Amino acid sequence: MKAIAIAVLWGLTFAVAHAAEPGRAPLPAIEIAKPGQCVEPKDVIRRDHMKFLRHQRDLTMHEGIRTKKHSLNECISCHASPKTGSVIGEGGFCQSCHDYAAVKPDCWDCHQPKPGQKSVAGARP
Amino acid sequence: MSERNDDRRKFLAAAAAGAGFVALAPGIRLVEIAAAKPDNEAVTARVRWGMLIDTTRCQTGCTECVSACNKENHLGEVKKPRTDAQWIRKIDLKELKTGRALSLPMMCQHCANPPCVDVCPTGASFKRADGIVLVDRHICIGCRYCMMACPYKARSFVHEPHTDQNPEVPRGQGCVEGCTLCVHRVDRGGTPACVEACAAAGHNAMLFGDLNDPESAIAKRVREVKTTQVRADLKLDLGVRYEGI
Amino acid sequence: MASASYVETQSRPAAFWGLLAAGGLFLLAAFAAFLHFEHSGHVVTGMDNQIVWGMPHVFAVFLIVAASGVLNVASIGSVFGKPIYKARAPLSGLLALAMMAGGLAVLAADLGRPDRLIVAMTHFNFKSIFALNMMFYSGFFAIVAAYLVTMMDRSLNGYSKIVGFLAFFWRLALTTATGSIFGFLIARTAYGSALMAPMFIIYSFAYGLAAFLIVQGSMYAWNGLTLDARILARMKNLLAVFVGAALYFTAVMHLTSLYFAKQTDYERFLLLDGGIYTTAFWLGQVVVGGILPLALIFAPGATQTRVIAASVLVVLGGLAQMFVTIVGGQAFPLEIFPGYAVSSTFQDGIVNSYSPVLGEFALGFGGIALAFLITVVAVRVLRFLPQDDFAALKAED
Repeated sequence: MKAIAIAVLWGLTFAVAHAAEPGRAPLPAIEIAKPGQCVEPKDVIRRDHMKFLRHQRDLTMHEGIRTKKHSLNECISCHASPKTGSVIGEGGFCQSCHDYAAVKPDCWDCHQPKPGQKSVAGARP
Repeated sequence: MSERNDDRRKFLAAAAAGAGFVALAPGIRLVEIAAAKPDNEAVTARVRWGMLIDTTRCQTGCTECVSACNKENHLGEVKKPRTDAQWIRKIDLKELKTGRALSLPMMCQHCANPPCVDVCPTGASFKRADGIVLVDRHICIGCRYCMMACPYKARSFVHEPHTDQNPEVPRGQGCVEGCTLCVHRVDRGGTPACVEACAAAGHNAMLFGDLNDPESAIAKRVREVKTTQVRADLKLDLGVRYEGI
Repeated sequence: MASASYVETQSRPAAFWGLLAAGGLFLLAAFAAFLHFEHSGHVVTGMDNQIVWGMPHVFAVFLIVAASGVLNVASIGSVFGKPIYKARAPLSGLLALAMMAGGLAVLAADLGRPDRLIVAMTHFNFKSIFALNMMFYSGFFAIVAAYLVTMMDRSLNGYSKIVGFLAFFWRLALTTATGSIFGFLIARTAYGSALMAPMFIIYSFAYGLAAFLIVQGSMYAWNGLTLDARILARMKNLLAVFVGAALYFTAVMHLTSLYFAKQTDYERFLLLDGGIYTTAFWLGQVVVGGILPLALIFAPGATQTRVIAASVLVVLGGLAQMFVTIVGGQAFPLEIFPGYAVSSTFQDGIVNSYSPVLGEFALGFGGIALAFLITVVAVRVLRFLPQDDFAALKAED
């Protein structure tokens, strides 16, 4: 019994010691190609970006409100990697952090992760 | 920055309206530009978007509207006719009794009482206040009941993964979709891509506008000539009407 | 075989594990098909934009309808107080739960976004008969489970009648709603009929009882028991009544449909020149699912084996009926412009073809396998084998 307790304790100590070791879980590589002020303070957007996006998504979808502040396309146009042109994939702004946090967003099943040209649509004749 | 853009847009709209007055452009034009909604305002039921299709002008064999839709919404060319999405299609008709032939585009009719909205279990299929019927892909589970319910076969199921979406038209595997009336263009004051293409090809068979605005071209037209709602027996009160059926 | 002591089921561990393995294999195949469909999209199935509901729905709706019907055995016992059915009530409740689980699993596995099942459970459009069905299904699990507990826990036996009543009405409402999924489709000629709901209820009676008789027969055979001839006679006659009623409803449905000029084209398609659908209707639904079982039941000297054979035919006929109703109804061209011949790139005006792939069948059989596994395990660990009180039975005669 005592032997088991010691083994467990030793295992825990080992785990804790190594968790603190740098490099075991690579930190997300956040490159910001266009430095500047985000639409929200950094700590707020890090914690609550999903709430903003979700709120905006319902407004846009159901009420046709297309303000830019919390629009996903605006996030993408600022944060797309200059190398890949995307927010996902290798070094992608969204993906690197989400990989680190082990959270899989399903935005990209439908949304385009690369910024695109707005289709030209003139005023109604 | 975004607010400045809004201001600029409002200024431009006002300037355009003013120019309309000066140039004595047709009244409908300036009224509709003035009605373009600011980004931060919700759509209202004061507007009912609709379309009038003149089948006497629609050419058999012409698929400009279909190509424009595929291009605008990044649907791609129809390679697999059984499973590829078709938001708008050309139907060639021949009256059985008389042999009279005609051709017309068929798409979501944007019903005021849409069966797809009634049957959708999650509420993903919904009608916007301004009459545009849409699928909220965030809550669509892909059950396909709306496809069973639609009398116009206006809906397609996304059978394969996609990566080449138009940033303004998200779409992906496992959800049902259909004509959005190019809502992303309409909200910015534009017209649907099919209507634009039909006009560009010189056919002018498609007229888009606000049915609730008595001064709009479409409202005037439906007041003047007899127009038809397809399967009017179902009493769905369609946003899309046809002339010459 | 006195009423006081339970008949213990026989052990036979090797055979039991064999059954589990066989069921598990089917379940595994279904899971593989599910992963394949969800990864590649429905493009790898036989379903398309015209036939949007295919084989998985045929199996799923059959299982759901039969699940509500199989509960009837319990209802006849509890609600109508027939002792031979009361002895079978626990098994009936168990089968209802197992088949409902199997059917719903198939339905969920065929969704375009099965990962959003939670959305389906948190977002309700109360106008949708489909959403209403989901509530009926979850309620069904809760009520039937409670019903089972009141029946099997002696201290709660007193509540069994009232919960039985609730379960009975709930299942009637549930099947009405399931039938209405089709009944409410105004757009398509094949559906949009108020008859759909009562017809589905009658179908459920027949399919449910047939499924029950198959399972009961297998359990008796497993334990080397023979079903009492009087019980067999009553249950087979009840099956005949249900099968006859199902045939009657089918006839009325098509006769009324023939009467409306706008539907004669569809009736001609289904009854005469619909190819596979005409065959499935006449040979599958009418002959295999109706006439043959009636002949087997009423031919003199019915044995247990023959009743089970009749039940198997009813189940096969039921699957054929679901195929005709669900796929046949979609295969017939949706009429957008009555009085016109139409053609387009979207298969307007033509009879839609459907060639299901193996995976779709695997998914469907997976639902049956799930129901089978639940039943096999439950029957092993709890007392579900019908315990007849023959003294009471004799007194009733």
